[in-house]
Amino acid sequence: MRLPFQISVEKRTEDYPKWLPALMSLLAVVIAFLISGLILALVGGDPARVARFFWSATFGSWATFSDTMVKATPLIMVGLACAVAFKMRLWNIGAEGQFYLGAFFASLVVLVPILPPEAPKPLILLTMAVMGMIGGALWGFVPGFLKAKFNVNEIITSLMLNYVAILWNNFWIFDRWSEGGFQMTATFPRSYWLPRLADYAREYRAFAGITLHLGVVFGLIAAIAVWWIFQRSRWGYEIKLIGDNPQAARYAGLNITRNIILVMMFSGALAGLAGMSEISGVVHRLQERISPGYGFTGIIVAWLAKLNPFTVILVSILFGALIVAGREIQPSGLAQLLQGIILFMVISSDVLLRYKVSITRAA
Amino acid sequence: MSDTPYAVEMKEIVIRFPGVLANDHVNFTLKQGEIHALLGENGAGKSTLMNALAGLYRPTSGVIKVMGEAVQFHSPKDAIAKGIGMVHQHFMLVPTQTATENILLGLPEPRFHVDLKRFDEQILALQQQYGLFVDVKSKIWQLSVGEQQRVEILKTLYRGADILILDEPTAVLAPQEIDELMATLRSLVAQGKSIIFISHKLHEVEKVADRITVLRKGKVTAEGLPIQGLGKQQLAQMMVGRDVIFRVEKEAQPAGDVVLAVRDVQALNKKGTPALRGVSLDVRSGEILGIAGVAGNGQSELAECITGLRPCSGSIRIDGVELANAPPMRAIKAGVAHVPEDRTHVGSAPNLSITDNTIMKQYREAPIGNGVTINRGHARAFAGRLKEAYDILAPSVRTLARKLSGGNLQKVILAREISGQPRMLVAVQPTRGLDVGAIESIQRLLLQQRAAGAAVLLISEELEELFSLSDRIAVIFAGQIMGIVEAAAADIATIGLMMTGTRLEEIRQEKEAAT
Repeated sequence: MRLPFQISVEKRTEDYPKWLPALMSLLAVVIAFLISGLILALVGGDPARVARFFWSATFGSWATFSDTMVKATPLIMVGLACAVAFKMRLWNIGAEGQFYLGAFFASLVVLVPILPPEAPKPLILLTMAVMGMIGGALWGFVPGFLKAKFNVNEIITSLMLNYVAILWNNFWIFDRWSEGGFQMTATFPRSYWLPRLADYAREYRAFAGITLHLGVVFGLIAAIAVWWIFQRSRWGYEIKLIGDNPQAARYAGLNITRNIILVMMFSGALAGLAGMSEISGVVHRLQERISPGYGFTGIIVAWLAKLNPFTVILVSILFGALIVAGREIQPSGLAQLLQGIILFMVISSDVLLRYKVSITRAA
Repeated sequence: MSDTPYAVEMKEIVIRFPGVLANDHVNFTLKQGEIHALLGENGAGKSTLMNALAGLYRPTSGVIKVMGEAVQFHSPKDAIAKGIGMVHQHFMLVPTQTATENILLGLPEPRFHVDLKRFDEQILALQQQYGLFVDVKSKIWQLSVGEQQRVEILKTLYRGADILILDEPTAVLAPQEIDELMATLRSLVAQGKSIIFISHKLHEVEKVADRITVLRKGKVTAEGLPIQGLGKQQLAQMMVGRDVIFRVEKEAQPAGDVVLAVRDVQALNKKGTPALRGVSLDVRSGEILGIAGVAGNGQSELAECITGLRPCSGSIRIDGVELANAPPMRAIKAGVAHVPEDRTHVGSAPNLSITDNTIMKQYREAPIGNGVTINRGHARAFAGRLKEAYDILAPSVRTLARKLSGGNLQKVILAREISGQPRMLVAVQPTRGLDVGAIESIQRLLLQQRAAGAAVLLISEELEELFSLSDRIAVIFAGQIMGIVEAAAADIATIGLMMTGTRLEEIRQEKEAAT
């Protein structure tokens, strides 16, 4: 059979316009939604109804949008953590563990206690944030050090350390700080909580029931900080140089060993901050399963955002919405299906950045 | 139809890329059993034309005939099926696999179980037939560049190629290896193969080719002329469209104080075997010391030791400051600039902009850096100034380094290194693989550094370059300096003897004995 037209795929020989990657990613998400709808229709569902429900459950009102943002908050910080490491081609798969250790270290402020509940609240929260970052940085230091000094593959070490971090947490919440035999500590006193909009409901009626907390501001500040580091700072230039060509970086006199450790620690610190924000802003105690895999979703977020810190925020909101929707829609696997398809689409859309497809009429 | 004398006929080939007309109605013919040189400057469209013949690009218009039969290639596979094999300038080999494994890669046979022994023997037989010897059991990374090239040629022969395209095959080779390659090419032709030899080196083309086609800016300026009777000057003019000055002018100038003092330096190469075995030499201010030698005799390692990239024993002093085994940063601070052998893998960051590449060594200092931030405005202005001053051809300073041609990338690297007003400049193969125009400007820049009072260590495999630029020439062999001679008084025979392992004293003794 002869087609009346010819489709040819050719390698792009010149640069694509700057807006193309963004457009592609957006199209990929739209197509992913369409495919999901198709699958839904095939199994007898009503895609339009699900879509309406999805919308109302995630962005439909200020309350649901706040839920979405609450889920997006840790994703922003973890996504940034991964983006920072990936920029230097360090494959930190350990954000999950760094998140847990950040949560643990932040909890120490409450549980040891490092600061009494009567201490000034800003001081308490700042200490918790710093402790969370220290915890995460420590957990980033281990694979960073091993990679820098002994060239141990950071993918393996950071991945395995996730389990160590989770078990470490378990030891403390099962054995030491267990609340009546449950695998959780007692609820933190309110002075250790990140302020939520709901706390101001008495002054502003509209804030009633809005659980959005200060952690989201941490995330935004972190995004700006990461952007500034990449675009304006000397260290960011060094990270880019090492990431692009370590040999050239060494030739330019850079200390690669030190930078590997520093970047892994910085990445860990961002994930640790997410852990702090989550226990102080949402869970209000240290317990099991404080993360439904944020550390791993962060990898996807960073990748979909093409390591751009501001895009990380947008992608995090989308994925936050997916998590919220997964809670609301039955079966809950639907949101995961959508997540998977989005990832697949965005990765495949990369092909179109490198190749162009032209359709010509057959001669 | 195979009674045609032509193995390949390309007629009125037009290849258009967005914004560029790479080939403009090009005609090209390859006779059976000949070596046809395709000559032209970088960017003249040689590789593009040949990539079309090898099935990598499709011409916008034009006809390609192979053995008299019109063909349309959609992929390299189609070209291979017609007996066309191409050896690219940058080898396409898997470093961790053996020669045999690389040759078999991508073929339908063997399917699942690889009986390497059987295939090793087949390939040995092929080696015997064409006189292309490589240890088939060696992993690619263990082979020299020349040997890797032989693997590439064997790869095409194993696939049954009758028409071989070699894209600048000599660019990466040492003089000795070049001679071997030439011999190989002749034996291939003697056994009925036809060869297209892409080059911009006139003397090689003169030596090996039967006919020649010259391209300039995508157009043919000489079509299939027999090589006999054509002078070097004439070829050069067809290639660049003007007379080429073969010798750069060098002013006589007395050398100053010793800047670089190397004493008894020993070092290992990347395979862990001794590469430098007690090297001692001095380079003075305002002097170019050339290092001659066949590739792989310790030149690269010497440069790496001086610039702090390779650990060594012995003493390396710059203006009296000990630098042996110091980190690269110390050498940079001491005023050592380095034009590395490997432009793309060591000298530049391919996915960063020209700006980011030019500030690689200056970003720590004001006004570009202030310790914490980088002033992008100053950085761009700095890159802009270098782009202007060194005539770097690129759309803007935002252009990515990997988009630059070899000559322009080398100018970026040289501009960066020279802009720091170095005390010492270590230049390794600075003109390798560049076209005539770029070579000239790079050589001028080196001489300018000499005039400005820098000490220059020039490591090159181009003897012509060493003779015309150097004040003194040291010859290195098997990690030892065989002798150092004044360039003006040196004769090529003596250098050649030293390059093959005879010490200068021995040569002089023999001469005395003879008289």
